Amino acid sequence: MYEKDGEKYFVVDSHMHYWSAGPDNWVPGAEKYAKGWIECFHAYQSLGPESTHWSIEKFMSYTEDDLIKDVFDDGYVDVAIFQPTYLTEWYREGFNTTERNAALGAKHPGRFVTNTRWDPRDGDDGLKRLAENVDRYGSIGVKLYTAEWNNGSRGWTLKDPGAYRYLEKCQELGIKNIHVHKGPTIWPLDKDAFDVSDVDHAATDFPDLNFIVEHVGLPRIEDFCFMATQEPNVYAGLSVVIGGLMHARPKFFAKVMGELLFWVGEDKMTFGSDYGIWEPKWQIEGFVDWDYPSDEFSDYPRVTTATKKKILGLNAAKLYGIEVPEEYRLGAGEGAPAARDDAVGVSTESPAASPA
Amino acid sequence: MTTAIVGSRILAALAGVRDPELDEPITTLGFVASAVVSPDGVAEVHLRLPTYFCAPNFAYLMVADAYDAVSALDEIRSTTVILDEHFASDAINDGVAARAGFARSFDGEAAGELDQLRIDFIRKSVMAGTDVVCRPLSRDPSDLSAAKLGDLPPSNALDRLRRRRRELGLPAGDDSPLLIDPITGAPIAADAVPLHLRKARLTRTSLDANTGICRGMLRHRYPDNG
Repeated sequence: MYEKDGEKYFVVDSHMHYWSAGPDNWVPGAEKYAKGWIECFHAYQSLGPESTHWSIEKFMSYTEDDLIKDVFDDGYVDVAIFQPTYLTEWYREGFNTTERNAALGAKHPGRFVTNTRWDPRDGDDGLKRLAENVDRYGSIGVKLYTAEWNNGSRGWTLKDPGAYRYLEKCQELGIKNIHVHKGPTIWPLDKDAFDVSDVDHAATDFPDLNFIVEHVGLPRIEDFCFMATQEPNVYAGLSVVIGGLMHARPKFFAKVMGELLFWVGEDKMTFGSDYGIWEPKWQIEGFVDWDYPSDEFSDYPRVTTATKKKILGLNAAKLYGIEVPEEYRLGAGEGAPAARDDAVGVSTESPAASPA
Repeated sequence: MTTAIVGSRILAALAGVRDPELDEPITTLGFVASAVVSPDGVAEVHLRLPTYFCAPNFAYLMVADAYDAVSALDEIRSTTVILDEHFASDAINDGVAARAGFARSFDGEAAGELDQLRIDFIRKSVMAGTDVVCRPLSRDPSDLSAAKLGDLPPSNALDRLRRRRRELGLPAGDDSPLLIDPITGAPIAADAVPLHLRKARLTRTSLDANTGICRGMLRHRYPDNG
């Protein structure tokens, strides 16, 4: 929890990692990809305050002790949600698997939620593994990375029939939350890999699932926002928005936040530190202190303490059924966290339904 | 002509090459790592990007456009453009050198060329550019639906908006409507103006935020700043 000026914030870090990316885990022959990937992540860290930068060596292989200290002891987080990223074509034991996360989580009861993942190209075997993971780790969320390389394929979309089989399986298994992360590649490569229109299709066809678009669709924030206004079950995952912009580009951060509050709404935005890219401490402290820097932003929705409480934890707690102690909840009239029908800047009938 | 003069002509040519996603010249983005020419007119240009995993389709467009821009110079006898340190460097560099096109450069991984992708992003530039020229106007939004491009004070931003519209074959003259649908070119009706302007602002915000992140990443990757 975090406390400032008499206000108490329950913090759910809804997007964080425990990866293993050192040379000892690189697949022979794929070293350049494994190295390129972690160096790219490390460059993102440079967008945070300098005092929070790590050496590349620590960044590749931070420890359990580092994580517990940075996220919980120093970082104010009450519950952290592990989002796995496999990348097994590049990392021998995977970059950040469900198993690795769960093993750490098991040592710290109550602190972690272990999400799992799937890849439609894994076919029937993958469906079986998904069911096993849900059974073993109690996962009610999955992280999907559509740009993952798999046997010569450079990616997939949620529109693929194979993906629909997995979404149906998710419903059957009791999975509620689908975190989607776009990347630079897709099949075919001439299409925009960051396009989020496939999430639109899936969200329409699976209204009982929540779709949390991580990094708010960056670098396609506009496409994401136009889509989110039309889909009551689409949420904005703020990882990278706070970590990558709040310190490095404060003016753009204010604009992006203003746009998200208008198009998506404060009930549908969730904080994620993206640890180990960025430590949560400075992000939470900075966000609680944050407001629009000038009058230039006067026609964006206002930001209140309740806004911040929802974004930092109450929305994600609701999506994941995490019990929030009484003292951290909102008072009467302060809104309903994670409400699907609230705070949409443009109605579903509006012309925003046809993005420019 | 001396190699120094030819070198500066190469840089000027490269300044006409844009990152299609960010709509900025690759020279001001810091994507040109080096550009040299030998006394007998052999040019070699190295490009670099913010990350090893930047999207390969946009990377290809920049390398191919740089090749076309430099090889079009009279003084240049042969041109090599090399994208450094990128996961698809080999496919892109070899494909552009062989003038193979995108689909053949990524054999089996691409279904077509990149013309549509380029058009989609010029449309985004038109939307973002619309916000750039409209924001300073202290006019009632409902008033803007009747405004013509020629009503606006001259500015670099307006020139740029006109150029992007022309590239798409959209009306760009003084008598053309200020606000148009970037796909059809149809004027925006008065009741749709507020939302259109909201979309324009959002598109610009997204572009600016992406450009900010790309610059920060490039600075980390190449601290020398080229």
